[in-house]
Amino acid sequence: MLSSVQNPRFLLIQCRRSKPFHHHQYPKSIHAISQVQSVSTSLPTSEIQKIQKSILSREKTARQFAEQFLNRLRLTEPYVKSFLHVSKTVLNEADEIDRKIDRNEDVGPLAGVLVAVKDNICTADMPSTAGSKILENYRPPFDATAVRKLKEGGAIIVGKTNLDEFGMGSTTEGSAYQVTANPWNLECVPGGSSGGSAAAVSARQCVVSLGSDTGGSVRQPASFCGVVGLKPTYGRVSRYGLVAYASSLDVIGCFGSSVADAGILLQSICGHDKLDATSSKREVNDFTSQFVAKDYFESQPLKGLRVGVISETLGDGVDQEVVSSIRGAISHLEELGCTVTEVSLPSFSLGLPAYYVLASSESSSNLSRYDGIRYGNQIVSDELSSLYGGSRANGFGPEVKRRILMGTYALSAGYYDAYYKRAQQVRTVVQKSFKAALDEHDILISPAAPSAAYKIGEKKNDPLAMYAGDIMTVNVNLAGLPALVLPCGFVKNGTASLPVGFQMIGAAFDEEKLLRVGHIFEQTLEGCSFIPPLIADELFKC
Amino acid sequence: MKTKQQPHSNFTETARAKAVEKALKDFEAIIGIETHVQLATMTKAFCSCAYSYGDQPNSCVCPVCMGLPGALPVLNSKVIEYAVMLGLALNCKLSMNSKFDRKQYFYPDLPKGYQISQFDIPIATNGFIDLDLPLEFGGGHRRFGITRVHMEEDAGKLLHTGTGNYSQVDLNRAGVPLLEIVSEPDMRTGVEAAEYAAELQRVVRYLGVSNGNMQEGSLRCDVNVSIRPIGQLEFGTKVEIKNLNAFSAMSRAIDFEIARQAALYNEGKADEIVQETRLWEEGSQKTVTMRKKEGLADYRYFPEPDLPEVILTEEYVNGIRDSLPELPDMKRRRYEDMGLSMQDVLFLANDVNIADYFEATIATVPDIKLATNWIMGDIAAYMKNEKLSINEIKLSPQELGELIASIKSGTISGKIGKEILFELMEKGGTVKGLIKEKDLVQIVDPVEIEKIVDKVITNNPKQLEQYRGGKTKLQGFFAGQVMKESKGKANPGILNKILLEKLNAKS
Repeated sequence: MLSSVQNPRFLLIQCRRSKPFHHHQYPKSIHAISQVQSVSTSLPTSEIQKIQKSILSREKTARQFAEQFLNRLRLTEPYVKSFLHVSKTVLNEADEIDRKIDRNEDVGPLAGVLVAVKDNICTADMPSTAGSKILENYRPPFDATAVRKLKEGGAIIVGKTNLDEFGMGSTTEGSAYQVTANPWNLECVPGGSSGGSAAAVSARQCVVSLGSDTGGSVRQPASFCGVVGLKPTYGRVSRYGLVAYASSLDVIGCFGSSVADAGILLQSICGHDKLDATSSKREVNDFTSQFVAKDYFESQPLKGLRVGVISETLGDGVDQEVVSSIRGAISHLEELGCTVTEVSLPSFSLGLPAYYVLASSESSSNLSRYDGIRYGNQIVSDELSSLYGGSRANGFGPEVKRRILMGTYALSAGYYDAYYKRAQQVRTVVQKSFKAALDEHDILISPAAPSAAYKIGEKKNDPLAMYAGDIMTVNVNLAGLPALVLPCGFVKNGTASLPVGFQMIGAAFDEEKLLRVGHIFEQTLEGCSFIPPLIADELFKC
Repeated sequence: MKTKQQPHSNFTETARAKAVEKALKDFEAIIGIETHVQLATMTKAFCSCAYSYGDQPNSCVCPVCMGLPGALPVLNSKVIEYAVMLGLALNCKLSMNSKFDRKQYFYPDLPKGYQISQFDIPIATNGFIDLDLPLEFGGGHRRFGITRVHMEEDAGKLLHTGTGNYSQVDLNRAGVPLLEIVSEPDMRTGVEAAEYAAELQRVVRYLGVSNGNMQEGSLRCDVNVSIRPIGQLEFGTKVEIKNLNAFSAMSRAIDFEIARQAALYNEGKADEIVQETRLWEEGSQKTVTMRKKEGLADYRYFPEPDLPEVILTEEYVNGIRDSLPELPDMKRRRYEDMGLSMQDVLFLANDVNIADYFEATIATVPDIKLATNWIMGDIAAYMKNEKLSINEIKLSPQELGELIASIKSGTISGKIGKEILFELMEKGGTVKGLIKEKDLVQIVDPVEIEKIVDKVITNNPKQLEQYRGGKTKLQGFFAGQVMKESKGKANPGILNKILLEKLNAKS
C-alpha cells in the first residue's frame, strides 16, 4: 500500500485510542478536544484574510493556525478520509513563516494558509498518484505551476487529497486507495472527482484546496459538500503539472469556505505560464478588490445585473428540492436587484454525450504513457505486449479502463467521424449557444448537480446514472467558461440535511464578475450556515 | 568483430546492373521516398532540452520529453521557421493554418504513447525539387514532385543487449524535431532515387536547417518500390525498404528490389510480391523481409489538444522567403551561366561549403577558371588524401585568391605557387608572409638573370661546346641549371630568351 497513506492510517490509530466512534457511524460532533481553536461566524468570511491579518499583527502565529487545522484534521480524517498523504513538514513551514515575520520579511499573501492539493496535481516533495495504482509511490521531480505559485505566495501544502482515479468519476469512490465520505453525512459521497479536496475544506481540515474540473469535478463536489467551488476559464490557470485526463477540458479549480477565499486562491495561481501552450496570456485583474464588506453594500447591490436561468436545467430529472433551493437563490438574487429571466439553451442535453466522447477520446490518448516502462507499476513479463497489457490491466481501475475503451473506440478508423468529429461539432454548437446567451445576460444560473449527495455505493455499479449526474456541469467545460458554485440551501436527508449549491456561469475570463456576485450573494444569504454538524460544535465553541 | 568485407565487389555490381537493365526493358519501376530530416535547432521540438548525437544515454531529457505525468509540450518556434524555409525551398504551397495531431501507438521508445505529428493538414504540400543527374549516370535534368512536408517529433532509441535478454531505452532523441518529406512516386531508377535524396540533403544543408548526416540518422530515407509491365496503368504492389544509411545503399537496394520483383513477375510468381517492409542488408547486398502486411495499422490520429493551431501570416512567410539563401539548383544555373562545365558546376555546387569557398575565392581574385582549377585539382586531391573537408584545411579562400593573384601578377611562378599551396593547406599562414619568409619572389630583372646565365655558361664549357657543335637539345640542361641557380625564382620566359641569345651568340 502507499507510503503516502500511512499518515492518515497513523492518525486513525491515534484516534481509535482516544475516541469511541465506529467507522461509518455518524459522530454528532467532535467536542472532546478543547484546545482546538475555532473560527466562525454565521456568515462566511475569508479565512485567508483573517490568517494574514492575525499573523501580520502578531495576534496569532502561523504555527497556532497550523496546529488548529492539523488537530481538526487528525480528529476528522478517520471519518472523512479526504487525504491520501499528509505532509510532515507543516509545522516546520509554519515556524519558518513566523520567523520571517519576526524578521519583518515579506511572507506573501497566502502565508500560513494550509492548502490541500488534489493528488492529480504534481508535488515534488509528496507522492502524486492521481488516485491510481499505476502511479503508486510515484514522486514527480517537479511542482505543478499552480503548486509552485502557491508556495511562492507563502502557502503551506498540507497534503494530497483523494480523487476518482485520474479524475474519472463523480463520487471519489473511483479512487484506488480509499473512499472519502461527505462531512455532512458520512454515509454519503462527497461528489467527485475532487471529492477529497471538497471534503477537506468542508470539514475545515485545511483553509482552501485545489481541485481539477474536467466535466464538473470541482463544482459538483462543492455542491455536495456545501463549499464554494470555482472552475476558472480554460487557460486561466496553467495545467503544467496537472496529470492530464482530457486536455482540452481540464482546468485546475479552487475550493474555499467563502467566495473570497476561492477568489484569493485563484488570484495566486492564475496567469500565463510558458510551460503550458494553452494557458492564456490575458492580463489578470485583481479579483480581491471585489470583496467589499457587507456594511458597504447598497440596498440593491446587484441592480441591473442580467441573470439568465437556463430553463433546461430545472426540468425533469432534477430533484424537486434542488429546484426549490435554486428558486430560493433566484429570489435572493432578485432581492439584490438582479433582473432574472429564463433562457433556453436547446443544445444543453447534447453536451453530455459529446462530453463523454471527447473526454474519453482524449483520456485514451493521455493515459497511453502509463505503460510501466519509465515509472509506475510494472508487471514482470518476458514479452513486450504482455508487459504493456499486464501493467495496464493491473494498474488501472474499472472506470479508467471503461473510458480508455470508449475513447479508443471513438477514435478508431471508421468511427472517428461518427463519434469524435460529431462530438466536436456539438461542442461548437454548445459554445455558440453559450456565447449567444451570455451576450444577453451577465451571468447564467443552473443547479450544480441534479441532486444533493447520494449514498456511497448507490451509483457505483451504474456508470450511466453517474454520468447523467454531470449534465449540469459538462457544457461549461465544453465551452471553456468560468463557473462558480456556491451553497444556497439544503435538502432533507432523513432527520438531517445536505447542502445544495447553485452554479453561476460567466463569460470567458470574467471570473471577476462571478466572484463579485458570489460574494454579495453569500454575504447577504441570511439564516444559512454551511458548516457540517461533524465539526459544528467544535467550531462554535469559542 | 566484423570481418572486413567487400560487399559491392565489381562482380555483384555488374550482375545487379545487368539484371536491372534487363528488368527495365519490360518493366517500369515506380519509386517514392519518405525522408525524415532532424532539425538542427538548439533545443528539442517541445521542451528546452539540447540534444546532440552521441551524448551519454538519457542525459538530454526532462519531464516533457520523458512523458512524465503532468508535463506539457510547448512548441519551439524554430521548428515552424525551418519547416516554412524547407516548404518554400521545395516550391510547396504552405498551409497558413495547420495544426498538430497525435499519432498513437505503443513502443518503449515512444514515451507518451503517441507521437506529436501532423496528419491531415501538413504545413507544406504540393511542391517539387529540381536536380541535375551526375554525368557518370548520363546527366540530364529531373524534376520530382513533393507531396507534403510535415513537422513531427523523433522517438527515442532502443539499445538491444548482446545477449538479447533485455533492451534499454535511451530517450535523448525523443522529442527532437523532424520534418518528414514525402515525395511523389516520380523516381524510376535507383540512381534517380539516390540523387533525389542527395539533392534533398543539399537543400537542407544550404538552408542550414539540418546537418543532413545519414550515418548519424539526421537524414533517413524509407523507399517504396513497385514495378509494373511497361504500358500497364495500374501500379504494382509496393514494398517499403528501410535501413538505408547511404545514398549508394539506396541506389543498390532499389536496383536489387527492382530485379527481385521483375524476376518474380517473370517466373509467374507476381503474387509473391506482397505489401511488406524489407530491410536492406549491407553485408549480403540484399533486401530481406522485416514485417509483412502492416498496412492496416490504425494510429487513431486526432488533433493535439495541448498545442494551439499553427497560424502563419503573410508577413512572416514573406520575411522568411526574403531571407532564403541561394539554393543548390539556383547556384548550379548561375555557375553554368558563368561558363563552367557541368562537371565543374556539380563539383562546386554539391557541397555548400565548397561553393562558399569557391565564391569567397573569386571574390578575392575574379578568375573563375583558375579558382576552379585550383579547387578541383590540387585542393580536392589533398582533401581526399587527408580525408578533410574544405572547412578543415588551413588555407582560407582569401589566401587562395592571394596565391592565384600572385601567380597572375608574376610575383611568384606557378611552380612555386604549387609548392607553397601544400604548406598553406597544412600549416596555414599567408601567401605574402610565406613569399617574404622564403624569399620566393620571381626574378624578372633581365640583368640579374643574365648574370646567372653567364655564370652557368662559364661553368659548363664542355656542354657549351657540344651545344654549339649542334647538340641543341642541351638548351634544356642549361635552362635547368639556371633555374637551379636562381632557386626556381627566375622567370622562365625571360630566362629562355636570354639563354638562347647567349648560347647562339658567336663568340
